[in-house]
Amino acid sequence: MTAGGLLLDAAGKAGLYGLQTRSVGPQIRGGEAAALLRLADWPVETHSGAFDLLLALDWSNFSRFAAEIKLDARSVVIADPVSGTVPEIVTAATQNIVELPIKEIADNISGGRVNMVALGLLCGAIGLHEADLIELIAGKLVAKGASAIEAGTACLHEGFQHSTRLDAVTAIGPERRQTGERRWLLTGNEAAGLGALRGGVRFAAAYPITPATEILEWLAPALARAGGTLVQAEDELASVNMIIGASYGGVPALTATSGPGLALMTESIGLATAAEVPIVVIDVMRGGPSTGIPTKSEQSDLNIAVHGLHGDAPHLVVAPVSLADCLFTTQWAVHLAEAMQAPAIVLSDQFLGQARMIVDRPADIAFVAARRRTENPDDDYARYALTPDGISPMSVPGVAGGQYTADGLAHAVSGTPSSAAEDHLAQLAKRRRKIDEFVYGDHWADIEGDGDFVIVTWGSTAAPVREAAEQARAHGLHIKTVAVRLLAPLKVAALAHELDGARRVLVVEQNETGQFHRYLRSLCDLPADTRAVHHPGPLSVTPDEVLGEILKEHSL
Amino acid sequence: MNAPVSLKASDYKSDLKPVWCPGCGDYHVLLAVTKALAELQRPAHDIAVISGIGCSSRIPAYLNAYGFHGVHGRALPLGTGLKVARPELTVLVAGGDGDGFSIGGNHFLHACRRNIDITYLVMDNQVYGMTKGQPSPTTAPDWDSALSPGGTGLRPFHPLVIALASGANFVARTFSGDIKGTTQTLVEAIRHPGFSFVEVLSPCVTFRPEQREWKSAVHAAPVTPTDDPARAARRIMTDDGFNTGILFRGTRDPYSLARSDTVADMTAFERPFEL
Ligand SMILES: Cc1ncc(C[n+]2csc(CCOP(=O)(O)OP(=O)(O)O)c2C)c(N)n1
Ligand code: SF4
Repeated sequence: MTAGGLLLDAAGKAGLYGLQTRSVGPQIRGGEAAALLRLADWPVETHSGAFDLLLALDWSNFSRFAAEIKLDARSVVIADPVSGTVPEIVTAATQNIVELPIKEIADNISGGRVNMVALGLLCGAIGLHEADLIELIAGKLVAKGASAIEAGTACLHEGFQHSTRLDAVTAIGPERRQTGERRWLLTGNEAAGLGALRGGVRFAAAYPITPATEILEWLAPALARAGGTLVQAEDELASVNMIIGASYGGVPALTATSGPGLALMTESIGLATAAEVPIVVIDVMRGGPSTGIPTKSEQSDLNIAVHGLHGDAPHLVVAPVSLADCLFTTQWAVHLAEAMQAPAIVLSDQFLGQARMIVDRPADIAFVAARRRTENPDDDYARYALTPDGISPMSVPGVAGGQYTADGLAHAVSGTPSSAAEDHLAQLAKRRRKIDEFVYGDHWADIEGDGDFVIVTWGSTAAPVREAAEQARAHGLHIKTVAVRLLAPLKVAALAHELDGARRVLVVEQNETGQFHRYLRSLCDLPADTRAVHHPGPLSVTPDEVLGEILKEHSL
Repeated sequence: MNAPVSLKASDYKSDLKPVWCPGCGDYHVLLAVTKALAELQRPAHDIAVISGIGCSSRIPAYLNAYGFHGVHGRALPLGTGLKVARPELTVLVAGGDGDGFSIGGNHFLHACRRNIDITYLVMDNQVYGMTKGQPSPTTAPDWDSALSPGGTGLRPFHPLVIALASGANFVARTFSGDIKGTTQTLVEAIRHPGFSFVEVLSPCVTFRPEQREWKSAVHAAPVTPTDDPARAARRIMTDDGFNTGILFRGTRDPYSLARSDTVADMTAFERPFEL
């Protein structure tokens, strides 16, 4: 796997954009794995179409990956004869099979490794400079000593030499960046961690789960450096309650999980709603239901995120519209939760969370935790006072005279348990009001283009939708894309405005039942010509697929 | 520092009238908690009392302190999060045997093991009071009820021994009717570093009227507390269940709540991403 990661690093250093995902077999460690990369001189955000180049070091169990590694007649395949015969599924797709003795080349170098030779081959094929690559590798291998650097350099050199046999591959690099232009290479899980920290989160509770763990592992040392803490909990029932406890104490708090963990947390997220304690829960979605497909992406937790709480429990649900947007959306979620003293669920997914991507440095944003607090409560301080905007000043332990008992039981304005109809109605309405009437600004969605053909989408499918729309525009079509970031409360009027005059509407997402489409239909009057386009994971929604749908609609 | 003002037990009592049945043991526990807090002289606003769900879990609202009445079984993680985020607070977690040992059982083990400096007070009445009389993990096997006609036939859970085995740093048993003893034990539990577990035998006069007899069954532990968990466990496992007092006082270091207060410049966190 390291060769794939280094290739992306090298491309980034050379001024290219790109992304890398991984596909792994069921083994916990080792076993077959594929690194999937897309590199370009423009910001790519998703895989698309057939791969130009496939380098196989080992064909065993290739069939497991075949559905994800699309090849066509132009694809070039590099195979080492000692790895056995090229599978039929590959030869059926392309005739461009280049045989290269990668293992033998590596064996002839003292300390040589096949993946370093492979990396040299690939970098040579796409037109990167050998000297740049050697500098990068030397940097990465410093800790391993001079002999490792020497072996690595020799392998890369041999790889570059042999790459002349790959001239069928289109060279794209190197591209030099404009000076001052800053780019980052990161995963969405790292971006989410940074967003949380920037937003002001200083407490996290963690229970490991694929594919969310990296957020927590990124936060553990980062929080320590920032004067905060992370506690490993015994389960998700504990982690969600730990963050509620910390936040009740005035410290912005977050946890990250995936579907199974979110399911365990729902009772207590309702507590955070009722007791008005801000928390942020990131759900990095994977294939479901149940244990599902832990390592593959799916957008199938929308229903539980929006509707999973018992009782009438208004809360916030947001979803990043790109990998880089995991930073903005998480930071915004912290801000929203704190401002409204309510739980916010961030719906990321395995693709956004675990893909590594070269992106333009995300803009700095001002959203931070700013809770309405009281530091000098008077004698008749009421924690759940009925205010015009529904947000009541919160007192936290340590504030003299502000003592109250936060409660999940229906309560009066003081927090005292009450089953009186008037108290229940007043508190339900107050909690609804603060969420519904908050001014969210333009961030509810990312909107691109204009036209009477509108594609509405959310989460990681926004990237293939944007790319498909761009291609459709090149065909002369007028297309608008609406990637909804604020899923709950849905900005019904703003969405209606965007759909006003639309001739055709596509709703695109990655799940079996079209959860988002059903949700939109339950709240909005969608135009009659609205069509739902969706399929479940593990296969991703691709730009080709969306473009196909656009052209099909258009020709109608 | 303000001039010292002596705080009285009544200063820690809220004006709210408890929902408890007349004669419920929890009234005495409430009184003992206020007396213990008065003895500690901690200002009410620096104390947080956290609970789950059950009759006993209603206690936070009856106190003048910060309180959190959460969901059933999750009081310990709620209190843990608060204490870790705000180490300077005195955090008391309170509840019943169903809340703490059944639905919240896993948190009990891990709270003992984590050894955070909080005090956990369980009002054990060997029944689910709030839901009107079902067996709890500490109920005797032959106790007859609508949900378990003829009894559960199950061996009761032994909270004190489990607390010891899981790493609690202070283990005590008291009887609610012994207000003085409960007060003193709570004071010591709160003062003791690390996780302190206090099981208060607190009768449910409504669903276990026979527990009124507990007052003549309890007796003070005849020995001084040990710091050897094995000795403490042997003693607890061989006693009659009515032996009250501080049974174990450990010396394990509590979970460290220390943290760096150098708030790093945010850009330091971005640097590793830069190309
Ligand atoms: C998730 C959940 N399940 C069940 C209940 C119902 N319930 C409320 S209190 C309780 C048991 C309380 O027993 P215990 O903790 O021993 O407290 P006591 O009432 O005896 O003081 C139960 C089962 C609930 N509130 N929440
Ligand atoms: S039901 Fe039992 S435990 Fe509950 S208040 Fe009444 S006496 Fe106390």
